[in-house]
Amino acid sequence: MTFNIIVLAKQVPDTRNVGKDAMKADGTVNRAALPAIFNPEDLNAMEQALGIKDRFPGSKITVLTMGPGRAAEILREGLFRGADDGVLLTDRAFAGADTLATSYALSMAIRKLGKFDIIVSGRQAIDGDTAQVGPQVAEKLGIPQITYAENIEKIENGTITVKRRLENGVEVVECPLPVVVTVNGSARACRPRNAKLLLKYKHAKTITERQAENIDYIDIYSSRPYLNLTEWSVDDVEADKVQCGLSGSPTKVKKIENVVFQAKESRRLSDDDADIEELIKELIDSHTIG
Amino acid sequence: MNNLFVYLEIEEGIVADVSLELLTKGRSLASQLGCKLEAVAAGAVAALEKIEGQVFPYGVDVLHLFKDDRLSPYTTLPHTSLMAELFRKEQPQICLMGATIIGRDLGPRLSSLLGSGLTADCTSLEIGDHEDRKAGKNYKNLLYQIRPAFGGNIVAWIINPDCRPQMATVREGVMKKEIFDPYYKGETVEHNVADYVKEEDFVVSIIDRHIEKSKVNIKNSPIIVSGGYGVGSKENFQLLYQLADVLGAEVGASRAAVDAGFAEHERQVGQTGITVRPKVYIACGISGQIQHIAGMQDSSIIISINNDPNAPINSIADYVITGEIENVIPKMIKYYKKNSK
Repeated sequence: MTFNIIVLAKQVPDTRNVGKDAMKADGTVNRAALPAIFNPEDLNAMEQALGIKDRFPGSKITVLTMGPGRAAEILREGLFRGADDGVLLTDRAFAGADTLATSYALSMAIRKLGKFDIIVSGRQAIDGDTAQVGPQVAEKLGIPQITYAENIEKIENGTITVKRRLENGVEVVECPLPVVVTVNGSARACRPRNAKLLLKYKHAKTITERQAENIDYIDIYSSRPYLNLTEWSVDDVEADKVQCGLSGSPTKVKKIENVVFQAKESRRLSDDDADIEELIKELIDSHTIG
Repeated sequence: MNNLFVYLEIEEGIVADVSLELLTKGRSLASQLGCKLEAVAAGAVAALEKIEGQVFPYGVDVLHLFKDDRLSPYTTLPHTSLMAELFRKEQPQICLMGATIIGRDLGPRLSSLLGSGLTADCTSLEIGDHEDRKAGKNYKNLLYQIRPAFGGNIVAWIINPDCRPQMATVREGVMKKEIFDPYYKGETVEHNVADYVKEEDFVVSIIDRHIEKSKVNIKNSPIIVSGGYGVGSKENFQLLYQLADVLGAEVGASRAAVDAGFAEHERQVGQTGITVRPKVYIACGISGQIQHIAGMQDSSIIISINNDPNAPINSIADYVITGEIENVIPKMIKYYKKNSK
C-alpha cells in the first residue's frame, strides 16, 4: 500500500531576530529584510510524512509552499530530508493574503496536484501563530481535519489513527482518508538532512531561479527531471484572483503599533546581600509574600 | 438578529473559565452596541443539564442548546455544522471563542465555511469606527481585534469591514470573568440537532481519551517565579523551583525558555501562553518581549532580576535587581528563610 502525502510548509521570517525595517507602511511584513527559516512545526509535520513513507515504501511526499521566489529554499530542505517533489505557489496576486486567502490558494494548488490521501502541516507558523490555515484548507477541500496531532499511529483499511494533544491530556482519534493533519511542536523532531539526498538535490531549482542564475550547466535539468521544482502562478492553479491576496482577505490591518509600555518608576537594587535582604523584609512586612 | 455570540466550551457539565470570561467581555460589548448577548452550548444531554444557571448570571440574553450525546466530547465537523447553520439563520455581527484547542480547531473551519475573517489570540477587543479612504466607505461600530503579531514584536489592530460575523479567539485569562447580575434571566432556545448536523459529520471518532488534572496552576497562583532564556539552562531553572518552593509559588517561563526546552509548555506565560495577574511576579532572566509582557503586565508587583540593566522588562518592573540569577536567587531564599516566621 502506498499513499500520496502533501506537506504544507511555510518559509517564515525568524521572528526572534526582528529589525526596524521588518514592517512595510501598509502593515504587511517586509519579508526581504529578515532571515528566513523552515517553519519549525512544519518540520514536525515533514517528519510525520517521512514516518508514513518509512512504513509504506513507495509513498510519495510532495512539499507545497506559497511565498516569494526564495521560498523554494524550503522545498529543497524538504527534498534533502526525503520528500519526492516540491511545488512553489508564487504570484504577485497572492501578496498580502490573510489565512482565508492563503487557504484558498493552497486548496486550488492541491486540487491541481490531483490525488492525495494525507495532507500534513505544522499546527501554526511562528510569524502569525494563528493555526488557521490547516483547518481552512481542510474545509475548502471538504475533508476532515485532525489538529494538534502528536503522532500518526497507524493507517489501516483507509482509516488513519492519530494521537492528538489536548490542554490537559491526550486523545486518540480515527478518521477515514483523505484528511488534513496539523502537527504540534511536541511531536518528534524532524530527521536531519540526508547527505546523499543533499548531493542529489543540491541543484534542484524552480524555473525562475534557473533563469536568474543563468547557470551554464542548464542541460542537467533535461537529463535529471527531478531537479525541476514546480512553480505555479494564480493562472496555473486556475484560482480566482479576487479570492487571492489582499482582495481575498476579509481581515484587514487597521494599524500597527510599536508598543510603549506604561513605564513604572522602578527601584534599582544591586545584588548585594544588604539590598536583597531589605527587599525581602519589605515584601514580608507588607504581607506581599510569606 | 445581528447579535453577539459566544461559543461555550463545556467539559463534564462545567462551562470553561475562558467561555465565562468571553461572556463578560461579550456582555459589555453587546451593551455598547445595543445588541443581545447570545451563547451556544452543544453537547451530551447530561452535560447540558446545568448550563443555564452557570451562564445567565453573566448577562446572557439567549442561550442556544444543542443536545445530542454524540456532541460530547467535541469533534470538529458536527460542531462546525451546527454553528454554521445557526449563524446563517441568526446573522450575528460578532462571534467570540476561546483560543483553546477546541476554539482554534472550530474557529478557522467555521470562518472558512462562512467566508468570514477570524483573528486568533486577541489580547484586547474594542468597538470603533473605520474609514476606508480608498473605497470612500465609512464603517460604524466595527470590532477592533487587537493582538501582538510577528512573534510579539508589534501590536496589530485587525478589522473585518465587510464580512459577518467578525470572529475572534481569546486565550484563557486575558479577559476578566465577572458576574453581571446574579438574577439575570435570559431565554433558552433548544434546537433539533438533526436539523443542523448531518450523519456524515460523525466520521471522526474518538477511540481513547485521557484527561489529567494539570499539576501546574500558574493562572491562580498569587506568586510566580518566572524564567526566560537568560536563565541559561534547564539545570539553572532548578534555582527557580527552589525559590518557588520556599515562597509557595508556581514557576512560569517565557516563550523563549519554553522553546529552548528549559521548561514545559504549560508553564508559558504570555500572549501564546497563559495570562496571569499574581500579587508578585519575579521575572528571572526575561528580556521582556511584548508577547510576554502582554501576559503578565497586570501583576501587582513585578520584580526583574537581570544581568542587563537595560532589559526592556525593567521599565515595567517595580524592583530591578541587576545581577546574575545564580547569585541573587540563593540570597533571596536565604533572607526569606531568615526573616519569615
